Amino acid sequence: MTRNLHIRIHFRQIQLTLRGRPVVPRANREERGQAMQKAWEGFTGGIWEGEVDVRDFIQHNYTPYEGDESFLVGPTERTTKLWGEVLNLLEEERAKGGALDIETKVVTGITAYPAGYIVADHPELETIVGLQTDKPLKRALHVNGGIRIACQAAEQHGYQIDPTIIDIYTNKRKTHNQGVFDVYKPEMRACRSAHIITGLPDGYGRGRIIGDYRRVALYGLDFLIRDKEAQKAATPHTMTEAVIRDREELAEQIRALHQLKQLGSIYGFDISRPAENTQEAIQWMYFAYLAAVKDQNGAAMSIGRTSTFIDIYAERDLARGTFTEEQIQEFVDHFIMKLRMVKFARTPEYQNLFSGDPQWVTESIGGMGVDGRTLVTKMSFRYLHTLENMGTSPEPNLTVLWSTRLPQAFKEFCAKTSIASSSIQYENDDVMRVYHGDDYAIACCVSSMRVGKEMQFFGARANLAKCLLYALNGGVDEVSKKQVGPAYRPVEGDTLDYDDVVAKYKNMMRWLAGVYVNTLNIIHYMHDKYCYEAIQMALHDHHVHRWFATGIAGLSVVADSLSAIKYAKVHPIRDEDGVIVDFEIEGDFPKYGNDDDRVDQIAHDVVHEFMEFVRRNDTYRNAVPTTSVLTITSNVVYGKKTGATPDGRAAGVPFAPGANPMHQRDSHGAIASLSSVAKLPFRDAQDGISNTFSIIPGALGKEDQVFFGDLDLGDIEFENPVPTCDACN
Amino acid sequence: MARKTFESAGEAPQSRYALGRIHSVESMGTVDGPGVRFVVFTQGCPMRCLFCHNPDTWDASSHAGALVSVEQLIDEFESNRPFYRSGGITVSGGEPLLQPGFLADLFAAMHDRPAGRVHTCLDSCGYAFDPAHPERTARVLDETDLVLLDIKHADPDGHKRLTGRDPARILAFGDELARRGIKTVIRHVIVPGYTDTQEECEALGRLIAPWRNVVGLELLPYHTMGVAKYEQLGIAYPLAGVEPMDKARIPELREAVLRGMRAARQA
Repeated sequence: MTRNLHIRIHFRQIQLTLRGRPVVPRANREERGQAMQKAWEGFTGGIWEGEVDVRDFIQHNYTPYEGDESFLVGPTERTTKLWGEVLNLLEEERAKGGALDIETKVVTGITAYPAGYIVADHPELETIVGLQTDKPLKRALHVNGGIRIACQAAEQHGYQIDPTIIDIYTNKRKTHNQGVFDVYKPEMRACRSAHIITGLPDGYGRGRIIGDYRRVALYGLDFLIRDKEAQKAATPHTMTEAVIRDREELAEQIRALHQLKQLGSIYGFDISRPAENTQEAIQWMYFAYLAAVKDQNGAAMSIGRTSTFIDIYAERDLARGTFTEEQIQEFVDHFIMKLRMVKFARTPEYQNLFSGDPQWVTESIGGMGVDGRTLVTKMSFRYLHTLENMGTSPEPNLTVLWSTRLPQAFKEFCAKTSIASSSIQYENDDVMRVYHGDDYAIACCVSSMRVGKEMQFFGARANLAKCLLYALNGGVDEVSKKQVGPAYRPVEGDTLDYDDVVAKYKNMMRWLAGVYVNTLNIIHYMHDKYCYEAIQMALHDHHVHRWFATGIAGLSVVADSLSAIKYAKVHPIRDEDGVIVDFEIEGDFPKYGNDDDRVDQIAHDVVHEFMEFVRRNDTYRNAVPTTSVLTITSNVVYGKKTGATPDGRAAGVPFAPGANPMHQRDSHGAIASLSSVAKLPFRDAQDGISNTFSIIPGALGKEDQVFFGDLDLGDIEFENPVPTCDACN
Repeated sequence: MARKTFESAGEAPQSRYALGRIHSVESMGTVDGPGVRFVVFTQGCPMRCLFCHNPDTWDASSHAGALVSVEQLIDEFESNRPFYRSGGITVSGGEPLLQPGFLADLFAAMHDRPAGRVHTCLDSCGYAFDPAHPERTARVLDETDLVLLDIKHADPDGHKRLTGRDPARILAFGDELARRGIKTVIRHVIVPGYTDTQEECEALGRLIAPWRNVVGLELLPYHTMGVAKYEQLGIAYPLAGVEPMDKARIPELREAVLRGMRAARQA
C-alpha cells in the first residue's frame, strides 16, 4: 500500500511540473503564514514553496544576464570609510605579528559572544553586520578540535588560555583530537610521523562542508526548524545505532538553528521569518555563515553559490524601487568585506602546511544551467566588482564556474577583472555540471558538491612518491630507516626493472590505501562525535550524500620516476644498511607535462589504480570514496620529508603542486603541459585536479594594440580589421 | 618560452609532402598572430639582424635543426585543436620562405583539415622572395591568410647596417602581398640608436602607405633576452651596450608611423 501511494504522489508532482510552471496545491498556500506571503510576494511559485528546495526557487525566479558591466557602480563613501578602517586593523594585525587579539576565556559557539562591529561607536556604517567575536579580527577560542592545538595557536601569538578551560578540555571533556589518538593503531601513528600520510585533520577542524546558507534567507528559521522537527519525528521506531545517531544529530541541528535565531537577535534582527528584501537576504544568509565560522575552525569554510540567489531579491527590489543599484552594491561590498575578515587561531605547523593562514571562503559564481540558460546574473558582476571597489583580496576565494557557453560580456569582464586583480579562480563547469548538476559549489579550492545535498569528509593526502620508495625498499622509510610499511621484498640488482617495480608498487599502494582509509574512518567518526558541524548540517537535507575525500601528493614525481625506469636505465644507490637512498639515471626518458602519451598514461594509471585500492575499503558512514590531486601549497612540506626519487629529484626537493608537471620538465609549451594534466581521469579524481599556472602578462598576448580596428587612418577601410578564420566561426 | 625541439638523429620521416627543416615548435604561441597559435620555427635564415634574439635558427646547413614531416606537425596541432579555436598556425623562423615547398604543403594541408579549416599565418622578413621568380612562392601565398611582415629599417643604408642585406627584395615582397590583397601586419623592431627616431618611423609609414592590405602595425621594443643564446653559441653579441628599448616611447613612435602613412596617402 505504502509503495503505491508513494508512486502516486511522485506521479502527481511530475504532472504538475509538466504543465509548465509547477502549481503548489492550494492547501499549502493557505497554510503558509503571513510572513511567507509577504516575503515571497512577486516570486514565481513552485515545489520550493512547500519544501526546502532552493534550486527550484532559483530556476523559477532568476534573470539570466547577458549584458556587460556598464550598470556597475563604485563604492559609497561609507564603504570606502569602512574598508579603510579594516585595512588599518589588518595593518595593526600584521604589526602585532599575525593576530590582533585572541580570546582566551570564553569558548566559542554560535551565541558565545556579544555583538561586535568594525567601528564600535558607529554600527550604523555597516549595512551587513556580524563578527566572529565581539571585536573585529579578534580570534575566537575553538577547543572541540583539540585543546593542545588551541593552546599552541594562542601561544604562538603570546596568549595563554585560561587554565580552567585547559583543565576542562583535558580532564573532563574529550576533544576530537583525543578521541582520534585513543583509537589510532601503532601503524597509523608510524605512517603519520613518517609523512607517508600527512596533513590529516586529526588535530584541526576538517571543514569542507558547505551549509546551504541561502535557506535561512528564503525560508526563515521557523520553517527550517519545523522541517527538521518533522524529520526527527519520522525516524524509524527501532533504535539501532544508526537511528539513535540520526536522532541525536537532528536534535543537535535543531538546537543549532535555535541558536542561530538567537544570534540574529543579538544583532537586533528577527530571522525566524524569511528575508523580505536584498539587504535582509544577504544579512540572513551571512548570519547563517557566521554561525558556521563561530562554531567551526575548519580547514576550508566555503560559503557556496549565493550570487544568483541574491540577484532574485535585487531584481525584485530594483523593480519595486526599494533599493537603488548603489545601495545593492553597497550591501554586496559590505558582505564581501565581512568575508574578508574571517580569521582563525592556528598553529605554526598548520601555517607551514598551508603556506599561510587561508580560510578558503570560496564563493562559486556563474556557470550554466542544465536547461541551457546561463546562471550568470547581474549579481555575478557585482560580486566580482568588489575587487575593484575595495581592491584585490585573496579572500573570499571568488571562483568563476567557467563554461565555453558563458555570455561573452561576462567572459570579458572576468578577463578584465583577472588582469586587474589576479584574484579570480576558474573551474571547469562543463566537466563538473555532468556530475553535480547546476547547483553545486566548490569547497576549499576544487571540491565540488551539490549545495545542501552533498557533504564531504576531508581526508588530506597520501604521499605516493614516498610510497614508491617504500615499494623499492620493502616498506623501510628512506629517511628514518624505520620499518613503516609491510616488510615486502625490496628490489634487487643494479638496474630497476619496470615490471618488477610496478608489481611491487601496486602491492605497496594497496597497503597504503588500506591504512589511509582506515585512519580517515577513525578521524571522521571522532569528528562527528566530538566536533559535529551541527549548524552546517542543519542546512542540509536529511539524507545527505557523503563523499569520502582522499588525496594524493607527488603524482608527477611518480609518473616521471616510472617513466625513467621504463625508458631509461635507473641504477639504485644503496647506503650501508642496504636502503636505496639515491639513483643514477642513464639516458633520457619522456616526462609528464609534454603531452607525451608514454608517460601521461602512467600518470593516468597511477591515479586510477590508487583510487581502485581506496575503493576496496569500507568507509565510515558508507561515504563514497573519491580523490583529489590538489596539493597547492603543502607540496613543499611533502617534498622535504621524501628522499631522492628515480626521476632524478634530489632528497628534500619540493614536489610540483597538485597535478602540475615537475618544475621545468614541461619543455613543450603551456598547451602541451595543460594537455598532460587534462588526461588525468576526473572520474577517479572527482574531488578535483588542480594545475597551478603562472604566466607573465606579456606572454599572454600583446599588451598594445596591433590591429587598426576603428583607428582613424584616413581613407583606409577594412571590412574585417581583425582576421578571422573559418574554423573559429 | 618553452619550445619543443625534435630529435635530429635517425632517419628522415616518411611523408607524402615536402619535409621541413625545423628548429622547434611552441604549443602556446600568443604573440605571433591573433589568438592562441601553434607556432613552427623553421631552421635557417639569410639575414643577420643585429638585434636577432634567435641566432640558433640562422644556420641553414643540413646538420642544423631536424627534418620534420607535415604529418607530424598536423598530429601535434590536432591533438590540441580546441586550444587553437580562436587562433591557428603560424610559421616563423628562421626564415620560412627558404622552404617554400614545405611551407606550401603545410599551409595547404592546414586549410584542408577535415576537422575544419585552420587559419594560416606567415611570419617572414620576405628576403627569400625573388621578384624575378614569383612562381616559387606562389603556392605558399595562395594558402596564406595573414602575413606578419618585418620591415627592419625604412632607409636602404640603415637596413644594410642593421641586417647586412639590401631591402629591395623585401619591398618587392610587400608589393606582391599588396597585389594579392593578403592581409598583412607590419612589424618593426625599435632599436635605440637605430630605429627609435620620429623620422625613421615616419619614413616607414610612407614606405608602407601604398600597401592597402596592411591591417595592423606592431612596433616591437628591442630587448636583450637573446644575449644568453649568443653566449651559448659562442658568438659575440653585436648590440653589446645597447639598452633595451623604453616601452613607454612605443605609442608615440607608432603614431609617427601612422602619421607618415596618412601623409603619403593624402599626397
